[in-house]
Amino acid sequence: MSPDTNTGTGTDTGTRAGTGTVEPEVAVDAAGRHRLSARKLTVGYQGKPVIEELDVHIPDGSFTVIVGANGCGKSTLLRTLARVLSPIRGQVFLDGEPIHALSPKQVARRLGLLPQGPVAPDGITVLDLVARGRHPHQNLLSRWSEADERAVRDAMAATDTAELADAYVDELSGGQRQRVWLAMALAQETGILLLDEPTTFLDLAHQVEVLNLCARLHAAGRTLVAVLHDLNLACRYADHLIAMRDGAIAAVGRPGEVVTPELIEDVFGLPCRVIDDPETGTPLVIPLAPNPLQQEASSS
Amino acid sequence: MRARISTAPAGSGRAARLRPVTVRIGAKRGRPGRSAISFRLSPRACLVIAALVAAGLVISALTLSTGSYHVPLSDVVRTVLGNGSTLDRFIITRLREPRLLTALAVGAALGAGGALFQSVSRNPLGSPDIIGFDTGAATGALVVITLIHGTAAQTAAGAVLGGLATAAAVYFLAMRHGVHGYRLILVGIGVGALLSAVNGYLLIRASENDAQSAALWLIGSLNGRGWDYVGPEALALAVLLPAAWWISRALGVLELGDDLSRGLGLRVEWLRGTALLVGVALAASATAAAGPVGFVALSAPQIARRLTATAGPNTLTSALAGAVLLAGSDLAAQRFPSGLPVGVVTAVLGGLYLAWLLSREWRKGRP
Repeated sequence: MSPDTNTGTGTDTGTRAGTGTVEPEVAVDAAGRHRLSARKLTVGYQGKPVIEELDVHIPDGSFTVIVGANGCGKSTLLRTLARVLSPIRGQVFLDGEPIHALSPKQVARRLGLLPQGPVAPDGITVLDLVARGRHPHQNLLSRWSEADERAVRDAMAATDTAELADAYVDELSGGQRQRVWLAMALAQETGILLLDEPTTFLDLAHQVEVLNLCARLHAAGRTLVAVLHDLNLACRYADHLIAMRDGAIAAVGRPGEVVTPELIEDVFGLPCRVIDDPETGTPLVIPLAPNPLQQEASSS
Repeated sequence: MRARISTAPAGSGRAARLRPVTVRIGAKRGRPGRSAISFRLSPRACLVIAALVAAGLVISALTLSTGSYHVPLSDVVRTVLGNGSTLDRFIITRLREPRLLTALAVGAALGAGGALFQSVSRNPLGSPDIIGFDTGAATGALVVITLIHGTAAQTAAGAVLGGLATAAAVYFLAMRHGVHGYRLILVGIGVGALLSAVNGYLLIRASENDAQSAALWLIGSLNGRGWDYVGPEALALAVLLPAAWWISRALGVLELGDDLSRGLGLRVEWLRGTALLVGVALAASATAAAGPVGFVALSAPQIARRLTATAGPNTLTSALAGAVLLAGSDLAAQRFPSGLPVGVVTAVLGGLYLAWLLSREWRKGRP
């Protein structure tokens, strides 16, 4: 499909058929690198660094979740990994190449981004929106190939949005709308998908619905990187957790190994207990009640 | 952010919409599923285009045939094909035809330019007449008319320069951390207000004669437009319309937002700059030919969007809608008992339309 020169792992993810049938990524490439990583990254706005000297790698095939307090640089990191922001210093590597040395379309055929709170244009239908995810695979002459058609159909099937095809995006519920945006990102057919707070503005049921969908996509072989606010959901769904504090990485690893009361106190400044989630056995963060509340609870 | 919850089952209660048809030309050997050329055609868009072309033909026929000297349709056709009587040839090919063609071309340029502007600003108000371009063009023209006492061609050149300078100023003032829709519109309205004061001052200190011709230029008119206006405008369209069409698919993606567009592989700044440049060039060519005809750039893309029921710039349908709108308005202006400049007609139509649009957007709770 894409004639781009794919060094690194040699997995041109764009050629794979079907949303649910992406082959598992190889863990690391021949040189021992991961497909997506960053070295000595400093990123900021107007010269003020938000992230400084940060090294990170995204394990292939992982469901990586980035957590941290507001303003700690989570979204900045994600947007830099997606080539949306340019670092002041340091570099992001995709398939062994500096990401800024690749053309935007080359990147877009390998790595997808769903930003926070995307807003659909007025009067756009679901099908039209999802179809725009095919942009990196199209050119002046090939504006709508059979591969485009198939990718859109598969993306809508995977996100359960096929029956919404002719609906207007404006009239969908929040959960439906987020599934449609995910369908658009899936139609891009990239092996790596970056999601910036995909559950914001959703009620708990819809958050779980969207994350279950993410888990299915991950199980089908995609590498997912998501910024999430809800720690407990992050612990439940992630197999690789990156905790950030003040533009640096505070802890990395499996949620069960890294999430401790000390880490949460350190990262969020929140005194808490960590117990096992009775449903999944993953860490469950319980904020400590301040003293008056505790007394009230025990006296009643 | 918008996170409205609606319980209505989506997709119900609506007549089945016409699905796009896929066209594929030149299947590649040994690579099933790959064609050299492939695109989607929406049957509805094709119908809309056919209807707009038909409306344009009807308006053209009426413009060429009716008026103080009536020419039967059969004679109109004969004359346009080059075999009419001397008088018919004079009336039609010298007077009516160039004026009609100028109206169609200017309308198309305004419609397409407005579509590009509205797409980039993601706002129906982001059209060149609202964001100060027309006011700046008027300043340029007024300087030529009242201070230099130039010819019509120099007035047109002054208008184009004034418009371009205003567009550049608005662009750079609005550009901090990337050009955003609302900032572009707000800065444009501010710059426009400033320039209107300058225009008022120029008019007040002008002689009565200059003020009269300036006022006529300011309202926008197609009176007495001959073949010397048709050529340059047609040339501008021949270059700019394909360019507008070429970037319009990427603009459809840009409407999804900057981050998402970058994630989909767009060079956002380059695309936005190109779109504004092509849009300004279209608006400038129209202003040079007819003066600042208001509201066509504002309303044609909205009419096109409602007719095609498709999001995105709808560049070609907007151009057609603009051509029909301006030619129709000019027909009405010419047939009005005492004769009107076309700008008066479009301003009346457009004013009503703008009031409706604003009240509707207001009700939707979006600025």
